[in-house]
Amino acid sequence: MGRYRKIIHNFLTSIFFLVCFFSNHQLFAQNGEALFKANCASCHKVDKDFAGPALKGWKDRVPEGNWIYDWVHNPAAMIAKDPFAKELFSKWKPTVMTAFPALKNEEIDAILKYVDDFAVPTETPGGDTVAGGAKSSDNSILYGVLSLILAIVALVLFQINRKLRDFSDKESGIERSKPIPFFRNKAYMMTLILALFATAGYFLVDFYVGLGRQKNYEPEQPIFYSHEVHAGINQISCLYCHGGAQDSRQAGIPTVNVCMNCHMAVSEYTGKLELKRADGTPVNGTDEIKKLYAYAGWNPDAKAYKPDNDGDGIPDGAKPIEWVKVHNLPDHVYFNHSQHVKVGKQQCQTCHGNIQEMPEVKQFSDLSMGWCINCHRETKVDFFNKETGEGNKFYSIYEKFHNDIKNHKMDSVTVESIGGTECQKCHY
Amino acid sequence: MSNKKYWQSFGEFNHSKSFSESAQHEFNEELLPIEELQKENLLESKTPRRDFLKYLGFSTAAAAIASCKTPVRHTVPFLNRPETIIPGIANYYASTFVNSGTAISVVVKQREGRPIKVEGNELSPITKGGTSAQVQASVLDLYDPTRLRHPLQKSNNDFKEVTGFEAIDKLIAGSVASLGGKPIVLLTSTINSITTLDIIAKFLSKYPGSRHVQYDAISYSGMLLANEACYGKKAIPAYLFNKAKTIVSLGADFLGTWLSPVEFTAQYAENRRIKKENPTLSKHIQFESNLSLTGSNADDRYMHKPSETGNVALALLAKLGGAVTAPALTDAKLQKGIEAAAAALNASKGEALVVCGSNDANIQIIVNAINEAIGANGTTINWAVTNNVAKGTDAEFVMLANDIDKGTVGGLLVYGVNPVYSYIDGKKLGDAIAKLPLSVSYNSTMDETAEVCKYIIPAHHWLESWGDAEPQTGNFSLIQPVINPLFKTRQFEDSLIALTGSVTASAANDSTGAAVAPVSGAQSNYADYFKAYWLGKTGGNSNWEKALQDGIISPATVSVSGAAFNGAKLAEASAKIATVKSGKYEVVLYQKVSIGNGSQANNPWLQELPDPISKVTWDNYALMCPSLAKELTGLDVLNSQRDADKYEVTPEKPVVKVTVNGKSMELPVMIIPGIEKSTVAIALGYGRQSRAEGDAVNYDRIGRAAYKSGKNAFVFTSFDGQGIHYNAVATIEKSSADAYPLAQTQVHGFTENRPVIYETSLKEYVKSPQALLAEAVHERTELIPEGYTDYVKDATIYPYFDKPGIKWGMSIDLNTCTGCSACVVACTAENNVSVVGKIQVQRAHEMHWLRIDRYFAGDKENPDVFFQPMLCQHCDNAPCENVCPVAATNHSSEGLNQMTYNRCIGTRYCANNCPYKVRRFNWLDYNGADSFPNNQEPLRGQDLDEVVFAMNDDLPRMVLNPDVTVRSRGVIEKCSFCVQRLQESKLEAKKQQDPALVRNVKVACAQACPSHSITFGNVNDPASDISKVRTDSTRTFYVMEHLHVLPNVSYLAKVRNTDRDVTFPVHGEHDGLAVHEEGNKKEETPAKH
Repeated sequence: MGRYRKIIHNFLTSIFFLVCFFSNHQLFAQNGEALFKANCASCHKVDKDFAGPALKGWKDRVPEGNWIYDWVHNPAAMIAKDPFAKELFSKWKPTVMTAFPALKNEEIDAILKYVDDFAVPTETPGGDTVAGGAKSSDNSILYGVLSLILAIVALVLFQINRKLRDFSDKESGIERSKPIPFFRNKAYMMTLILALFATAGYFLVDFYVGLGRQKNYEPEQPIFYSHEVHAGINQISCLYCHGGAQDSRQAGIPTVNVCMNCHMAVSEYTGKLELKRADGTPVNGTDEIKKLYAYAGWNPDAKAYKPDNDGDGIPDGAKPIEWVKVHNLPDHVYFNHSQHVKVGKQQCQTCHGNIQEMPEVKQFSDLSMGWCINCHRETKVDFFNKETGEGNKFYSIYEKFHNDIKNHKMDSVTVESIGGTECQKCHY
Repeated sequence: MSNKKYWQSFGEFNHSKSFSESAQHEFNEELLPIEELQKENLLESKTPRRDFLKYLGFSTAAAAIASCKTPVRHTVPFLNRPETIIPGIANYYASTFVNSGTAISVVVKQREGRPIKVEGNELSPITKGGTSAQVQASVLDLYDPTRLRHPLQKSNNDFKEVTGFEAIDKLIAGSVASLGGKPIVLLTSTINSITTLDIIAKFLSKYPGSRHVQYDAISYSGMLLANEACYGKKAIPAYLFNKAKTIVSLGADFLGTWLSPVEFTAQYAENRRIKKENPTLSKHIQFESNLSLTGSNADDRYMHKPSETGNVALALLAKLGGAVTAPALTDAKLQKGIEAAAAALNASKGEALVVCGSNDANIQIIVNAINEAIGANGTTINWAVTNNVAKGTDAEFVMLANDIDKGTVGGLLVYGVNPVYSYIDGKKLGDAIAKLPLSVSYNSTMDETAEVCKYIIPAHHWLESWGDAEPQTGNFSLIQPVINPLFKTRQFEDSLIALTGSVTASAANDSTGAAVAPVSGAQSNYADYFKAYWLGKTGGNSNWEKALQDGIISPATVSVSGAAFNGAKLAEASAKIATVKSGKYEVVLYQKVSIGNGSQANNPWLQELPDPISKVTWDNYALMCPSLAKELTGLDVLNSQRDADKYEVTPEKPVVKVTVNGKSMELPVMIIPGIEKSTVAIALGYGRQSRAEGDAVNYDRIGRAAYKSGKNAFVFTSFDGQGIHYNAVATIEKSSADAYPLAQTQVHGFTENRPVIYETSLKEYVKSPQALLAEAVHERTELIPEGYTDYVKDATIYPYFDKPGIKWGMSIDLNTCTGCSACVVACTAENNVSVVGKIQVQRAHEMHWLRIDRYFAGDKENPDVFFQPMLCQHCDNAPCENVCPVAATNHSSEGLNQMTYNRCIGTRYCANNCPYKVRRFNWLDYNGADSFPNNQEPLRGQDLDEVVFAMNDDLPRMVLNPDVTVRSRGVIEKCSFCVQRLQESKLEAKKQQDPALVRNVKVACAQACPSHSITFGNVNDPASDISKVRTDSTRTFYVMEHLHVLPNVSYLAKVRNTDRDVTFPVHGEHDGLAVHEEGNKKEETPAKH
């Protein structure tokens, strides 16, 4: 058996290295994929039309030469002068592609390379593989049942033991006082009461501590908005809608005009995924998009916003959407998204779970202080390395830690070491 | 320890028993019934079973309520987000604080579209980023609930809404047409906006016979007339206090309220900031009757009767060789002071400046002659630039008042002034205005003047307006709206344009005379007109946008030049001064740094701001010296402990009746040393009251903060045919009225004679810089055990904790701190500090995180005054942290003493153990922040003032800083070093990967300070300002360092430029201060070393 194990081990190792080797060659394409997801995916799909045309086969359609670069850098200017661009716009209007003046030609090449190499995936919804979020099944019931069984076994054994002793006493003729039944036994009762008290106390405290926390909260929203469809299947970058997450303390709920950027073009749901609420009720995606149009004051038939006759500066009948807030922190907690996303470089999923697999958003973590603190204790900061110059230069001022690392007194700097668990990090 | 005695109150001065008791009893609280269990025998205690059940039931109920279902919260994003607003990120816009002629360049912090904080604009060459308490508080005026919400028309005795501006314009136009040739008068405050003046000119030319009268509630008419007589210019020059080595002020409170105090404070501080190498200081001598903020900062100070101001000026001029006869001055001290001042001025000719606060043109002519004699004209007084703070002439306004009375005026348009309140006989003026065929008020509240007008078109707040201001010639400051108008209000200029028809931008009033590119087309609204004007003047879009972003346009070079002096009127002026009558008692009217002329009286932050000198909030009073108080009330607070206690221990003060020109007023007595012995000083700006009787209407119109706060002292002003006088001969007698409570803050904390201030004179400091802090150094070394060297680590049994990255620290320069209190209001605004109201201040429950302690020392008749900003010292070895049973207060690795409100259970052990008494306890739910609605209601009027409720309306709550928790009842709070700003700057530094961004962080108090006395930053960084400041070991001290609490706030010791021995006072003068009663704590004998 041991021999086989070794063979399997070697086999797996070589496969692993092979995969690594080949994936190295894919580096460029992967870059293209990342760029595509960050910049294009909110409006384009590779293989089918979306808010914008499918990108597959672009080469056969667009004029040769620098046209594609010019277009990406400034579509509006191209529409004004270039006949092909004009034609393209007439097909897709009123949507105009966002300009990406910052994208370098090589980056555009990388994106296009990714598009060209793209193979239609088999039905596996879900995108980014994400750390965390592995479902650990709740073992407490199992343990509870086990302890109960063990307790009964112990009791039975104890009783048997006593019976046997009684028998042996009888055999050897030792006289003992009549045993007291256990419900009359003060020691038993006291132990029992104390145990009950402790258990009840534990649950009571646990209950009160948990008040106001709402893990797994999944309210029904005014519009059935599926993160699974948008972030999962359509691969729209989180920051496209929640841009505040990298700038501000609030990630922000996208404003209606952000939704309409794509939904001016996407007016019906044609996805394969069946939309269902948490309770199993099916949802008609197209109807939900119509609800959005009502909020935005968009007339899908005329493909235009309704006129503003009442002069309030917005289309008649348009109004903001009153979403139900899922993630609530108490008022005395200061939480800053940009601190975590931009400086801490955390994935959204670390706290929000596999959001790209959720039909409607469900609170993933309990957002309790203990949960925050745990993460702050374990997470390492991007500490500045004086020798290599890597890491965040801000930390160059932590002289003591630099010395400690040099002298091997300390191997890494956690958020806690730079004051991440101090009260006024979050409470002021 | 120095044997110099610093004292705050007469009880402390006398070591009275009650005072010591009250000092022990810091919180002034009543015991909860359940606490009595500790005191008495359990069985005999008064706490009955019922109380126990009540508390038990309450806790159960609270737990039950708390366990209710979590409410559903909604989040509503924009429909279409404005490009500039990212929720959670503040925007900053440059603008200008304007209050009549005062214009201060500011930067406004805006969150989610609401302005929440005003800060100084550091690009301004005039204010250099400084602000005042009034500027800091002005953001709350925007959310004043008394602001009018739509145009109004008088109907019977009340007002009714006029829907739409067109409708009211039509009504007014109809009225104007039927005036029958009687002139229209436009009555405004001093206006220094060139565009507004241009529109006014166009309005006047459209209505021939009409005229524009500028009126200043606090008049500088005397200066204007004197300058016209001496220099041929009816203007006020720019003063350069930074160029003056000798400054003599004759009653001008130039650091507090005179002309342009923010500018002058910045200039003054330049020569008061002492450098380690070659230390020099300007010399500041003050002559005055009242104890003003400026006087309390003077090196030497002399007192005289208010009526003697002219004589002092004449004597000074005579000493300087002027062709006037010096009047006889009876007071030898004053005589000596004048000689000293003359000598100092003579010694620094060309680098000296004399200013005078009098509104008497004759005195100002003498002062002009003095300035001529000392070569100030063209050196410290710049006539190339005029100061446009005040332009109103008293005679012109009095003529208008008479015209209105006679009915020769057809229409009166009032903007930005409130003469019915601030004029001598406002009531009569009000009655006359009410009889005019047309009267329109453009004031934004229903003030005393607006309520007699026929129409009211409320104007925007400056935070909602476009505009410009020219505080000094060629120095422009632009105003841009930071929020959409909250109500149906309209900018004053637009209302004028509506009456005038469209206007074309031109450079008619451009005072610089620079060519302005012509702007095509007429504009029908002010915003377009304003933009067109400035586009033309700045020359193009990019320049205009830059100007708007900076908020200021200032000349590249500033020239300083004098003006030709004409002394012809000198003899006439000195003859007139000789005729001034004096009396046994005299009254002098002054402005407080908080309330000023009363235009911001309904601002709760300003009302609750303790006056720097008297430390009284919410009232005005009759300020007098102890000897006059003894004469009038029989209380000898200096020599009798009984009397001092009677006067001081309870808030109720005896009342005197002051009569001037047949008008009487009853005012509580506030005893402050340093006021001339026959003078009573009364603050202006209080006693705002509507004509309509009744509390409800007054709360509505005047406001819950202004109404019932003090009495109106403007009635004591008088007009002599030339100018308004702010001093008068008075009769004063003890009143039979009940004692009146004053809410005073200073006596709430007591330092138990511990050394908190170090000071010396310049002479001594130059001779031996080390001697200044020798005591502190000695005490420190005494504490280090033998064989050890480090005071910080070795002089304690507590372990030492590293500050591995950042260590925050603050330094406050006591030499430049003037006590102006801008920092206190800035702190209130930044940190959501509650307004508690007068009743609660009386109970020592004020919530200010930063207070300014005022100490007296030396001569008990004319003491030296010290200001010491006192805030949480963020001790590294903090005594508060050790005693908290729930660890709600603890230390951060950056040296912050952290306070966690949600953990605090309110034992107040920390406050008891704090040697600085800077921890404040929320006795009541001042913010309505508790979970139980309306739980403040039963306290209304008993424990909580109306104003606390007013602050909890939705409108004023818009000023709250969303980054700072609003504290609820039962928790301690204190200065956090503006931790929200520190965290923000750290985040920014991490994002930019640049540690330099945390080097010099500006906390709110440091930002507000007009003299830049507060330095803040990272002490671990040797390149930071704070590290550089602390290298001056001769002056850097920590308050009560011998306690080894290791504060993170250091102070720079005070150095006075005086010949008096301020380090160790003369024993003869010290007699009154000696401990002379048995049973009192003996003063510790000084350690000899």
